Amino acid sequence: MAKKATSDIRFAPTGIESPENGGVQKGVDLPAATKKKHKSLGLTAQQLKDMYHQMYLQRRFEERAMQQYQKGKFGGFLHLYIGQEAISTGTVFAFNNDDDIITAYRDHGWGLCRGISPNEGMAELFGKATGCSGGKGGSMHFANVKEHFWGGYGIVGGHIPIASGLAFANKYNANGRISACFFGDGAVDQGALHETMNLAQLWKLPTIFVVENNGYSMGTAAKRHTVAEIVDRAKGYGMKSAVINGMDVFSVYEKMKEIADDVREHSEPWFVEIRTYRYRGHSMSDPQKYRTKEELEEYQNIDPIERLKTYLVAEKVCKEAEISSIEEGIEDEVLAAVTFADESPFPDQSELYTDMFVEDNPYFHV
Amino acid sequence: MAVLQFREALKHAIDEEMARDERVFVMGEEVAEYNGAYKVTEGLLDKYGYRRVIDTPISELGFAGLGVGAAMNGLKPIVEFMTFNFAVLAADQIINHATKVKYMTGGQADCPIVFRGPNASAGQLGATHSVAYDSMYAQFPGLKVIYVSEPNDAKGLMKSAIRDENPVLFMESEQMYGLKGEVSDEEDFIIPIGKGKIKREGSDVTLVAHGKMYHLAVQAANELAKDGIECEIIDPRTVKPLDLELILQSVKKTNRCIVIDEAHPFAGFAAEIGFLIQREAFDYLDAPVLRVCLPDVNAPFSKPLFDAWLPSPKQIIDAVKQVSY
Ligand SMILES: Cc1ncc(C[n+]2csc(CCOP(=O)(O)OP(=O)(O)O)c2C)c(N)n1
Ligand SMILES: [Mg+2]
Repeated sequence: MAKKATSDIRFAPTGIESPENGGVQKGVDLPAATKKKHKSLGLTAQQLKDMYHQMYLQRRFEERAMQQYQKGKFGGFLHLYIGQEAISTGTVFAFNNDDDIITAYRDHGWGLCRGISPNEGMAELFGKATGCSGGKGGSMHFANVKEHFWGGYGIVGGHIPIASGLAFANKYNANGRISACFFGDGAVDQGALHETMNLAQLWKLPTIFVVENNGYSMGTAAKRHTVAEIVDRAKGYGMKSAVINGMDVFSVYEKMKEIADDVREHSEPWFVEIRTYRYRGHSMSDPQKYRTKEELEEYQNIDPIERLKTYLVAEKVCKEAEISSIEEGIEDEVLAAVTFADESPFPDQSELYTDMFVEDNPYFHV
Repeated sequence: MAVLQFREALKHAIDEEMARDERVFVMGEEVAEYNGAYKVTEGLLDKYGYRRVIDTPISELGFAGLGVGAAMNGLKPIVEFMTFNFAVLAADQIINHATKVKYMTGGQADCPIVFRGPNASAGQLGATHSVAYDSMYAQFPGLKVIYVSEPNDAKGLMKSAIRDENPVLFMESEQMYGLKGEVSDEEDFIIPIGKGKIKREGSDVTLVAHGKMYHLAVQAANELAKDGIECEIIDPRTVKPLDLELILQSVKKTNRCIVIDEAHPFAGFAAEIGFLIQREAFDYLDAPVLRVCLPDVNAPFSKPLFDAWLPSPKQIIDAVKQVSY
């Protein structure tokens, strides 16, 4: 290798602030959405309305949560899922109710999809005893284990092997359930993913690795933190793979159903990249200098909720008035959740010592 | 003296050492274009360019180990962890490699590297983002461990850490980055690793407190002074090597000691100090050495539980009263 002037040497690829190109390293390119209509996807009118209900609930729940956070009603981190709702919704509708789901800290949408009520969710954010995790987890650790939502996890990549462990137990017990792990594009760079992909393929585990590629890992565009196309990671492990348009709930539903059926039938893992976009900052304190307003608007213009709404009306699944009444119902429900959370008690001080061990009177070192 | 924020003091130290030594470079998540998750590295990319200020993927094990290799091969990396809670993923490289390579190779390879970032809790961030790791790392031979409490110490010790030819762990706190304090503007201001400081003089009881806990000790001491109890506060600044002499001198004067530590109780910093005092100054003690530290429980999210979990000035005051008979 010829000697270079040291000033020319660089390691990390440059991004939006680059003096070289000044250009945005665009987050993601979306694959085409499915052209199928709901009937050929096997979805009934009622299911479509339920999907709309679910997506709109996730959106309004988080918008209200954000307001409450800004009012100082609770502290900690708050990572919003806004923009990505088609992924949780499409997946949960495609899966069996007892298939196991686990995700990272951007978890409110997943929780709401898997049976956490707006009351329990909002109360968890507020750190109240009535929250889904008793106030002990907060925003990052929503969980509803009895409905097979194993929770949100805060160490990037940490929950990936756990998902395969869920699948291992399912295969061990031959119970017909599959597991799916949802994680961000940033988590793709963690060793845990690669160790687990090898294990899962080698042991033929009934699991799906799903990257929710929203274009950014905190302030770093995907193309600045990871090489090549994420989905191609599958090739090295001989794993089946797919790329999905995450801004369209039908596309997510269609493909995830196919994949879930395949995993269930053959007990073999899949690696799936769902491309999407997060509208808000990484967490609540993010000046978002790493992307342009135009890029954000480009995705907001193809908003998954608006898209479904347009479809519902255009295909005469329901009238605008019916949609409005769904929306109003949710609005009330979410406002009631805020009141519920506000009025709920904090956990008793004794709760500090519960949930550490299974015994009633465990040993604590003092 | 200039008044600087904690983060600025750190940045000045890093900046000065980068200017002084071409081998020094910085890498970590969001350190370059984003200017640091907590803005410690703000402006360094503009000044030193892409070769020396490098954004990494979220690959703690990978980039920590890469730092170890670069250090072995003649460079002086400063590896930033967004917090030491995430450095757990890199523990293999820190514990099994950085601390051992010189020894295993019979002294053939050195590993002059600084691993730095915030340590311990920072408000309601939940169980996985709230652990104090200084005691744990101090258990391992071959590492120097620093956890500072004030901007001046941050600057002087960071410069020492970067110049050190061994692996050094340098710990900070998200909650202290905005803290302002007088920082020496002496040219090339250095504080040697391993030297503690008496930060408040008093004759009645010794409080040993470092990192974020130092500030709780100050609050408690101010309260106690109103009742006529004068605390002497020792900030060891460096956990390992430990300035035991300084602590012992104080204990021999006050005959009482409370250790305030942000770690869980078992085999932590407080346990170690307590043991050393009884071994070296047994005859001087008028009361058992007590500790104020975290309970043997994970960090809860909920505000009142979190407040009960974190050591408080009140607990320090109670402990002081318990030994002041
Ligand atoms: C091991 C570890 N390293 C760093 C962090 C800090 N951190 C939290 S989220 C995040 C970005 C992750 O981005 P991505 O995986 O794309 O998920 P997204 O936030 O976009 O949903 C980082 C760096 C962490 N929580 N855990
Ligand atoms: Mg992302």
